[in-house]
Amino acid sequence: MLDASAISGASPQPGIHQLIAADGTSVADEELAPLVADVDDDQLLQLYSDMVTIRRIDVEATALQRQGQLALWPPMLGQEASQAGSLHALTMDDFIFPTYRENGVAYLRGADLAGIMSTWRGSANTGWDPHKFNMATPQIIIGAQTLHATGYAMGLVLDGKEALSIAYLGDGASSQGDVHESMVFAASFQAPVIFFCQNNHWAISEPVGLQAHAPIAGRAPGYGIPSMRVDGNDVLAVLAATRWAANRARSGGGPSFIEAVTYRMGAHTTADDPTRYRGVTELEEWGARDPIARVRAFLQGRGRLDEAAEAGVAARADTMAAELRNGCINMPDPAPMTVFDNVYTTEHAILDRQRDHYERYLAAFATTEGTTLEGSRS
Amino acid sequence: MIQEFKLPDLGEGLTESEIVSWHVAVGDTVQLNQVIGEVETAKAVVELPSPYAGIVTAITHEPGTTVEVGEVIIAFEVPAEGGPAAEAVDPAQKRVPTLVGYGADPESSKRPARRARAFAATSTTTMPQPAAEAAPAVVAAPVQARVQADRPRSTPPVRKLARDMGIDLAELVGSGERGLITRDDVLSFAGDPSQGAGVAATAPSASAVGTPAGAGNAAREVRTPIKGVRKFTAAAVAKSAFTAPHVTEFLTVDVTAGMEFLAKLRAKREFSDVKLTPLTLAARAVCLGIARQPSLNSRWDEGAKEIVTMNYVNLGIAAATPRGLVVPNIKDAQLLGMHGLAAAVGELATVARSGKTQPADLAGGTFSITNIGVFGIDAGTPILNSGEAGILALGAVRNTPWEHQGGIALRQVMTLSLSFDHRLVDGEQGSRFLADVGAVMSDPAMALALS
Repeated sequence: MLDASAISGASPQPGIHQLIAADGTSVADEELAPLVADVDDDQLLQLYSDMVTIRRIDVEATALQRQGQLALWPPMLGQEASQAGSLHALTMDDFIFPTYRENGVAYLRGADLAGIMSTWRGSANTGWDPHKFNMATPQIIIGAQTLHATGYAMGLVLDGKEALSIAYLGDGASSQGDVHESMVFAASFQAPVIFFCQNNHWAISEPVGLQAHAPIAGRAPGYGIPSMRVDGNDVLAVLAATRWAANRARSGGGPSFIEAVTYRMGAHTTADDPTRYRGVTELEEWGARDPIARVRAFLQGRGRLDEAAEAGVAARADTMAAELRNGCINMPDPAPMTVFDNVYTTEHAILDRQRDHYERYLAAFATTEGTTLEGSRS
Repeated sequence: MIQEFKLPDLGEGLTESEIVSWHVAVGDTVQLNQVIGEVETAKAVVELPSPYAGIVTAITHEPGTTVEVGEVIIAFEVPAEGGPAAEAVDPAQKRVPTLVGYGADPESSKRPARRARAFAATSTTTMPQPAAEAAPAVVAAPVQARVQADRPRSTPPVRKLARDMGIDLAELVGSGERGLITRDDVLSFAGDPSQGAGVAATAPSASAVGTPAGAGNAAREVRTPIKGVRKFTAAAVAKSAFTAPHVTEFLTVDVTAGMEFLAKLRAKREFSDVKLTPLTLAARAVCLGIARQPSLNSRWDEGAKEIVTMNYVNLGIAAATPRGLVVPNIKDAQLLGMHGLAAAVGELATVARSGKTQPADLAGGTFSITNIGVFGIDAGTPILNSGEAGILALGAVRNTPWEHQGGIALRQVMTLSLSFDHRLVDGEQGSRFLADVGAVMSDPAMALALS
């Protein structure tokens, strides 16, 4: 574990914390191990099941995009451990500020699968009630959510609450001014916020080395924020690291920064072709560090994953995939006039005029097609 | 039941994709999400997972064909209890209500510019504009005239109504303000199709009414029908500019020695019957340069998926004529010497100015020269004559202070501008070619070394 004092004057290349190696063997890590001492095999099996399920969701959503059912999808293939591990360190009082790629986090938080898909289908601006799940809507603007998370955390202090906020971000976002401003504010106000950076090695087509000549985790101490570099493909280590940061936040320790070193095995989005900019050797190299395979090996080594258990895990994943598909392709199109909803909380003259014009425009179709404003064309 | 699968928009806002391969054949049984083929979009090659579990009953497009979004590419026999997959509906249709962003339907994606323009023209009808009402006589006529040339004025819902009813709006004359075709016009036309002839017959008069009214306002704008050479030129340059990725390079050279060489030739009796100009020398230099860099004299054959390199040079010379720009070419220019080129350019220019250039003279060009120097211009970024790989623009020859033998001297200097099709010509070939042409222009004796 690194804190501000430890890194000053020390090597800017902090080591990567790990608890389960890529081959499924245990790794001794004095700092992380106590944080997950309570995690037994049953809980690890649950983490394994979560990862398998969100990978299955990801595969299904990618297929649905190719089948014309989703406009776009940002694959999370390879990042399941970072998403599942971090989420399980949080409580429902904590507020999550995700990027657009945290769809696994959203599912594990309890969001309805069809709801999650609605945004990517273009049917809704948000796939879940942010207040119900204490999870903001997917942030498309790179890095902007770190400001929101920091502000929210500052508010938690003012409200005297014990909760925290967590901002998910990527390696690309680490170059955004917003992220740096967030860290300055978070440190200045000792806000209970976790900056959870999934370094998946590619900011669309830019390799991480281009914008980070030293590990990204090394930046946070410069702002006075302790940081940790963790194997982002090791679900147990990610859980431990996030608990470390959460403990700090809950005990008045202020902000923390986690760099989860992982790898985006898929495309940036379904509109991207990664073969144009990265070599196949990278995929092989990182494929050998698969987050799911190592936990499977770990559990099998401990005799905790027999065929029945594996079948149960697969059944849950398939059920969720089917639910996702059903919910997605049977999703009704939203009524056209709902586009004006939730723009302003109060009456707004300009919007009212637009609504009126649009209503009259739509009405021009109505008489011949039997279409009403509430209905949708099919 | 049979379920068809229509090509979806696989990227963000793509309108078409090419079928790369099929992994299944008619009669094959496929599973849900089984990869059935690959398609290449403008952005990526992607695998297509089957949207249904069933038996392939038809594959409608062979690998190598380009398919528009929304076209059926494959069909399946799906068990009736095919479940939710059976609910899958035409993605293109479902996207129609989106109205903004990348949810464009296939129709609009084919001609986005046209729709955008037309909407601007009709927007006055959906949003009342008092200013326009105040001066209807002034506004109405030009709009009417313009729309007659484009398409009938109406509103999107009425247009859709007409399309759904199979009625061509061009057959109607609108009863609405400023000739707007209203819903009632369409419905009454549909109710009494015999009206069609009568209505259509009034169309010319409507146009005629519009024209005199517009004439009163003609001083501020002049409307010229797009036709003839202008129409052809516009289509050709637009096609060229948007199909061939243009690169333009510039080279400024001291052509004093070249001009002296031309003066020397002019003094010779055998050149007395032709006009020798920098263009003559440039034509010769281009032919020599092409021999060394044949890619400048090649053609992109999209249909055959081949690059065609010509072993002859049909050298186009851009000519300004009263009718507009024409680019007749000198056949087999590589066989001609200075005299032959000078004679050919002179004849071609005379014929062009008289407006008697034959289609055959315009066809088959392989490389072009445009002499913008005659207008006193130094350089430009010429647009390729459609289908050609290169075009050279000659700038004006100017007396310019220039480095000469270690000092500054007043020299005759000109700039050469070369555009080339970057699909066919790399920077290296283009640059070497331009350097060769420049070398001959500045020192004609270099021709001996190049050929």
